[in-house]
This record gives sequence, C-alpha cells and structure tokens, in this order.
Amino acid sequence: MTPHGRYVLRLADTNLVLAQRLGEWAGHAPALEEDLGLANVSLDLLGQARLLLAHAGQLEGSGRGEDELAFLREESDFYNLTLVEQPNGDFGDTVVRQFLFDAWQLGAYEALRDSRDATLAAIAAKGRGEATYHLRYSGGWLVRLGDGTAESHARVAQSVARLWPYTGELFADDDVDRAAAEAGIGVLPSTLEPAFSARVDETLARATLARPAQTPFNWYGKQGRHSEHLGYLLAEMQSLHRAHPGAAW
Amino acid sequence: MAAGAQAQVPTAPPPDVLARLHGILAQVADPEIPVLSVLDLGVIRHLSIRPDGRLEVGLSPTYSGCPANSVIKADVLRALRAAGFDAVAVDVLAPPWSSDWLSEEGRRKLKTYGIAPPGAAAACPRCGSKRTSRSSEFGSTPCKALYRCDACLEPFDFFKCI
Repeated sequence: MTPHGRYVLRLADTNLVLAQRLGEWAGHAPALEEDLGLANVSLDLLGQARLLLAHAGQLEGSGRGEDELAFLREESDFYNLTLVEQPNGDFGDTVVRQFLFDAWQLGAYEALRDSRDATLAAIAAKGRGEATYHLRYSGGWLVRLGDGTAESHARVAQSVARLWPYTGELFADDDVDRAAAEAGIGVLPSTLEPAFSARVDETLARATLARPAQTPFNWYGKQGRHSEHLGYLLAEMQSLHRAHPGAAW
Repeated sequence: MAAGAQAQVPTAPPPDVLARLHGILAQVADPEIPVLSVLDLGVIRHLSIRPDGRLEVGLSPTYSGCPANSVIKADVLRALRAAGFDAVAVDVLAPPWSSDWLSEEGRRKLKTYGIAPPGAAAACPRCGSKRTSRSSEFGSTPCKALYRCDACLEPFDFFKCI
C-alpha cells in the first residue's frame, strides 16, 4: 500500500475503532441523554469511517471495500491511534479520551480541507462541523466533571493522567506522514500540536485541571503495534461478519 | 471536438421535466422528520440528464452517520423510477451539506411540527419564547438537540446547526 493509502487508512481506522468503543456505551451510560450523545458521536465517526475506508479501498485498487477492510483485517493490519482503542473505563475516562481525540481531530480536519486529495478534503470539510460539535460536548463534560464535586474532580484528574501519555503519538511524525505531507495529501502531525495545546489548555483551565507533563512514553498503533486492548475489540466487532461472510441486513 | 466533448457532459433537464421532477421529489419525505421533503431538507444537489439519457440525481448526506441517508437515497430512486425515470444517484460530498440549506418552507414546517428550526437561538416552537435552555447536545436523531422552554416549561427538539 502506498503512503497515501496508508495515511487515509490510519484516519479511517482511528474513527472506526473509536466508533466501536463508543457504541459499547449504548444502554449503559449514566443518563439517557448521555446514552444518546455517545451513540450520536459514534454514528458520526462511523459515517466518516465508512467514507474513509471506501476511499482507502479505492486507493489500494485491490477491490477491497469498506466491509472487507473493517471486518477481515487482523490486529496488526489496523493503523488507528492507540488512544482510541483504550477501554471506556468510567464515564470520566470516556470523556477525557473523547476530548483529547476531538481536539486533535478538529485540527486535523481543518488542515485536511486543503488536501490535494479531493475526496479526503471533502470528507474533512464535512467532518469539521461534526468534530466542532463533538468537542463542545466532550469539553463541556470535562469542565462539569473537573469543576464539579471533590469526587468528580479527583476521578477525572486521574483520567487525564492515565490517558495523557497516549497523546504523544498524535503528534509524532513518521515516514508515512512525511510522504503524505510532502505530496500535499496529508498534514504533518507535529504541526497540529500548537492548536491542540491551545484548545486543551483553555478547557483544562476552565475545568480546574492541570496539564500533565509530557513523558518519553510513546505508542505506535498507527504503525500496527497496538496495546493489549485492540484484539478484544476486533474480536467482538468482527465476529458476526466472520461467522456469516457476506451477511447483510 | 468541442461539440463532441459537450455531448459527454450531463445537461439540465428541460423546464417542464424539471417541474415534474420537483413535483415528484416534493412527495418524498425525510424518513426521520416526515414533515420535511427531500427538497425542504436541501439534500438534492443536482438533477441532470446524462449523455446516455439516464437521469442523474446528486444527493448530499446530512450528518455523516445518519441512518436516514441510505433510506433517503433509496426512496428518491424508487419514486423517480415509479414515475418512469431511469434514475441513478451520485453522492455529492463537497461542499458539505449544511443546516443553512433547509428551505424557508422547511423551516416553517418544522416549527409547525414542534421542532425549532436551526438558527442562532432556539426559540420555543410552541410559545415563541427565546428564554430556552439546552438539556442535551443530542436528541432522538443525529440532527436534533434537546431543549426546554423556560417560559412555558415545555421540552422541545431543536434542529442542530452544522
């Protein structure tokens, strides 16, 4: 697969895996409104993932469509950011994971609107409005939990500390990123860091939460090397398609 | 050469055909907010006749993951084919669909139906008060948020701006 195809697949997989994680909340969220909210965010991300997967399949030229790519690849062939495969944990963990992701994705979509890949630019332009809405939701909850009770503050502060180490990968450039950026197709991840930091710092301040120090700790999910959690997620997500190949609604 | 190239490009349907198409599409309802037609929703991007004579309908998805998108496409094709048009649909992603594209007629219908149309402020569709509060960013479908009127105390749906 070309760096172009791999770059698009990374975006697709990141959306798909997070959509699946958020779907796990259906019927379990702390209130009906949040059940609907998380499912709606999941649907938006899944819709974007389908467009990106179909595009990646076309770039690959092997005839694999969105279903083959979503349901018939092994763990090491998924290229999502490691952050999004982390378990839901409690509601605070989910809010923090979502907030960090939304702040990153909004910046990425803003930049990708200028991609020379017209399909990718169109998906980014469409996704930008949705990402803006998602960030308002997750940021709103981060402030409510952080600037809430002593209990909610302490717990969400732990969520921030636990998930922060996964942000390093969001801004680490590798060969695929550099090739895609040089071709005018992708955006160099490191260039997204300043806007991300500004958004995150502003919301963390309102949430009365401190920004953790950066650690040398890094992850490589976008290169196919994942945490222990992705395999279980894929086993559940892919089981129906693998048991009943070609099944349709 | 120029004439040959021109023949490959889809052309606009004649005015009488276009009027008939609009008449058909005005009867195709949004599956989730049936008071709106697909024309009110602003998802029909173009109607053109291909060089092979087939009717091409350009459709834009509303929210990326809205399950209604595929239903809308199927309903549009079914209605056009039932009227004798050999119709094909193409997805139009750019520029992205926006709630700004809801027609004036659509906004009026939404309000009558009890859903506050998209805009800067969510005004209560029942009493018209602008003293309203958001109770949830998301509602029963991807296009709606939940609000409450602080004047008449009724809860209502607000069509999200995007």
